[in-house]
Parts: sequence; structure tokens; C-alpha cells
Amino acid sequence: MTATNYEFGLDTFGDLAFHDDGTALDGGETLRQVIKEAKLADDLGIYRIALGEHHRPEFAISSPEVVLGAMATVTNQIKLGTAVTVLSSDDPVRVFERFSTLHGLSHGREEIMLGRGSFTESFPLFGFNLEDYNSLFEEKIAMWQKLLEGKPMNWTGKYTQKLTDTTVYPRLPQGETIATSLAVGGSPESIIRAVAYDIPVVIAIIGGEPIRFRPYVDLYKKAAAQFKKPERPLGMHAHGIILDDEAEAVEVGFKYIKAEMDRIGIDRGWAPMTRDRFEFEIDKGSYYVGTPEQVAQKIARNMKALDMKRFDLVYGTGGQLLSQREATIRNFGERVIPRVKELLGGE
Amino acid sequence: MSEPVIGIIGAGKLGSTLARIGTSRGLPVMISSTHPVQDLKWVIDTLAPGAVSATDQDVIAKADVIILAIPLSRYQDLDPAAFAGKVVLDATNYWKEVDGTHNTISSFTHSSAEVIQDWLPAAKVAKAFNHMGYHDLEIEVDRHPDVPRAMAFATDHDDIRPLVAQVLTAFGFDPFDLGPLRFGLLLEPGSPLFGEAIPRTEFAAKLAAIYASPFGQQIIAARGGEIK
Repeated sequence: MTATNYEFGLDTFGDLAFHDDGTALDGGETLRQVIKEAKLADDLGIYRIALGEHHRPEFAISSPEVVLGAMATVTNQIKLGTAVTVLSSDDPVRVFERFSTLHGLSHGREEIMLGRGSFTESFPLFGFNLEDYNSLFEEKIAMWQKLLEGKPMNWTGKYTQKLTDTTVYPRLPQGETIATSLAVGGSPESIIRAVAYDIPVVIAIIGGEPIRFRPYVDLYKKAAAQFKKPERPLGMHAHGIILDDEAEAVEVGFKYIKAEMDRIGIDRGWAPMTRDRFEFEIDKGSYYVGTPEQVAQKIARNMKALDMKRFDLVYGTGGQLLSQREATIRNFGERVIPRVKELLGGE
Repeated sequence: MSEPVIGIIGAGKLGSTLARIGTSRGLPVMISSTHPVQDLKWVIDTLAPGAVSATDQDVIAKADVIILAIPLSRYQDLDPAAFAGKVVLDATNYWKEVDGTHNTISSFTHSSAEVIQDWLPAAKVAKAFNHMGYHDLEIEVDRHPDVPRAMAFATDHDDIRPLVAQVLTAFGFDPFDLGPLRFGLLLEPGSPLFGEAIPRTEFAAKLAAIYASPFGQQIIAARGGEIK
């Protein structure tokens, strides 16, 4: 990625969607819809689509690589990623096998974003202790990096299997790798850790004024200098709805984004989102809700302020009607991305 | 009154955010973490310019008010003797992602801040800064300069109430005195007050209705009545 080479992508967790008459899609229908949307994004020339791994009733995607495999066969150029793969509660060897399989199916368009996950359902589900949250992540990310070397592997770990001169298949072609990034939230430690691993960082900036994350961007840069590691391009991820009519976008957002935040809030003991806070998030905060021009201006402004090279928009938050989802994707590809590039003065 | 020296133990999300709010409002701030000072210093110089990176011992010795911004489950790492006579603001919450699923600290019978006070018997503990998310602390201070958000506190030590109120005001909040430390339970995760960044009048209304909520009902069930 050169200095002027920006990346714009779409993210989804597979939120159960709604037909325009208001009837709900079931999990399978939602999955097939997401494949159609990936095809649309590919046709529009959007750089990537990335899927989140969740194990919750409101999301259809628990096995993102299976969905990405299906996308690989109907798309041509779009990068197929995760956002995120919860490595801590997975087996790095199996994760490698799934992604190297996807590498073959997609002609190397796969990408993985590793994260500790802000949800914790996967830990008991797969037999891991939440108490080991940090140490699991540390050990497995080290194993992941070793796996990426693609050589017969020797490995001894506390939480992972012992490997002796073991090759993991399918092997990646000589000189090729699985593009890996690391998702971080507001923890200084996780930013520093990403630098130490030398893995590019994507920051989830999903609430509040994005400029508040500038200290973390500075910390990333300082840590790179401190550890004599290269500064990798930074990315951000945020929720958005892009419709031709501003008022409609706001109402769709208030209905669906708020509903999703409130649902998560119940699990975490948060109070429901107020209208005042929701509007603040649109005006000054982290929701990219409005017309294509409004959203483009906001993305460009925040990418510039935070020195971001990558912006991933979460679409379809809380489900939304199929026509609303499609409008957001089309507007993002046709109008927002070209406009942001123009505003940033890049290519 | 001159500005009290704010000491923060813990330099994670909450600790570094509080340090940044404090220094940005002109307060003298010291902060420590589990990392050696030289490893902490460049991080804090970036995240909260002006805050002094220090050891736990230094923070405890020199600060007028010590904010606990560590995972709650690590409270036994604190040396009770070192805290004798100190004013402590407990900003911790039980958080299973950090503290684990075997929660033996917090329950519907008592506030986790009472556990901290029991562990530090010679300190004067107040519960404060816990009912707003670390990200909201900064956002809400700046968003509402004219109508500061209520920040509740609870303590058994009447002599520190003015100091606690002064610190909360200095950080940009409207101090809301809940009374004795046991009332701190009303601020913990799951409570209708948890996560709230609202003005005093709205906060008072929510507080008044708390025993009608499922959380309040669980307190009544566990304690055999409302907190008195």
C-alpha cells in the first residue's frame, strides 16, 4: 500500500435482515443475501468485504470462512476477509487450514483480522476459560505467526498442541502469505502489542468523537519507533447507513443501530441509547449516517485527522430492509468511495 | 482549596483516560501500572501528556487522592499497610472479560467497594468513577460543559466527602452523594444507573425508581429489603 493508496471495505456480522415488507429473513436466507451483497460490492469495485464471527441469536455468521468460500466462487477481485476471527477460542492450525483453503479458492484474496473479540460467547462454547483470555491470545497469535512462515513446524505451547516437524496443508504457494491484521479497541496495551507483532492495526471506532483516538494513533507511531518496527498503514471500522434522503437514513439508523447497541447493552449492563446520544454520534461522533456527500465528508475528515489508510464501513447493522442495505452498498461504492478519495487527494 | 494531587493506579483504558481528563483540566496527575516506570513513561507522555509516570509506592505516598483503575479481581495486590490514612476512589467494576467467570467478589448483598474497604481497613474508600464507561467519561465531559453529568459517589467517611466532591467537580462532573459505601451497589453493572451519563435531576429520578427494576428486585431478594 503506497501513501496515496487507500482501502475502503464493507463489514458485516450477518445481522438477520428484513424483507422490504418487514418480514424477517432466517439465518440461511441472510447468509445467501450476504453472498449477493458481496457480489454487488465486487461489481462496484469495493476493495474488501469482511465478516465477523459471532455466536449470538441476532447474527447468522458463526463460520465466516465458509461464507467467504462461497463468495470466492461468485466474485472476481474483492478481498475476502474476517473482522474478526476470535483466534483465542480457536485452533490456530485449523484456522490456518481454513484460510489456506480459502487462499486456493479465491486466488489469494483472503484476509484475516485477528481480535480478542468484544463478545465472549465463544469461550465456553469451545471449551476455553475466559480467565485465560489474555494468555490464550498471546500464545495463539505467536503460533499463528509461526504458521504463516509455511515451514515444517516445531511448537510447544501451554494452550496449544505440540507439533514436531509438522507441515500444515494445504500449503501456501511459495512466497505467498495470508494477509493478517489485528483489531484493537481502546486498550493502550493492545496497540503496543500489535506493533511488537508487526501486524497492521484496525481500530474499532464505534462511539464518540473519532479524534479522541488520536492519542492511540500517536502511541502506535511512537511504539513503532520505540521497537524499531515499521509503521504499517492504520485502519478504522465504524457503522454506517448511506441513503439519498438524510432524514430517512437517520430514522433507519435510530431504529436498527440503536436496537443493536441496546441489545448488546443488556448483556453488558449498559443503559439504552438516548436519541440525544444517537444524534451526537451522527453529528460529531462515530456513526456514518446520512447522504453520500455527508458520509464522504465525514469519512475523509476522520481519516485525515487520524492518519488512516483503511476505512471499513459496517453495513446492515441491526438487520435493516434489503433495499436499505443495497442502497448503502451502492452509495458507498458508487459515490462515497470516489468522493472520499477525491477529498483525500489520493488516487 | 488548592488542586489535590490525583494518583491513578492502573494505566489501561480507564486509568489512561482519567489521566488525560485530569491533565487536560489542569490537575496534577501521577499514574502507575504493573510496568516499570521507563516502559510506562513514553506511553503516558503520549496518551496523557503532563501526567507523571511513577511507581505504585510513589503514587500512594504523594497523591492526595488515589483512584483505583485496576481489574477488580487484582485488589489483593494492593498493600493494605501502604494505604493507611489514604483517600481511595474505587473506580473498579466486576467485569468477567477481565476478572473471570468465578465471581466471588461482587453480589447483590454488598458493593464490591465494601470488599475493597475491608481489604484496606485503614484507608478511606469512596466508590466513584465506576458507573460511566471509560470512553463516555471523556465524551460526556466535553459534550455538556453547561450541564455537567452526575457522577455518583458513596463512602462511609464523612470527612472525605468534600474532597471527593471537589475531585469529581474538577474532572468536570456534578458530584452526586449516594451516602454510605453500601449504596455503591446501586452503581454496579446491571443497575439502571450503570452506564448513565445524565444530569443530576434525571439521575435522581432513576435512583428513586431503582427498586422497581429487575436489578433492584434482586437486591431486595438477596438482602431481604432495600439498602438502608
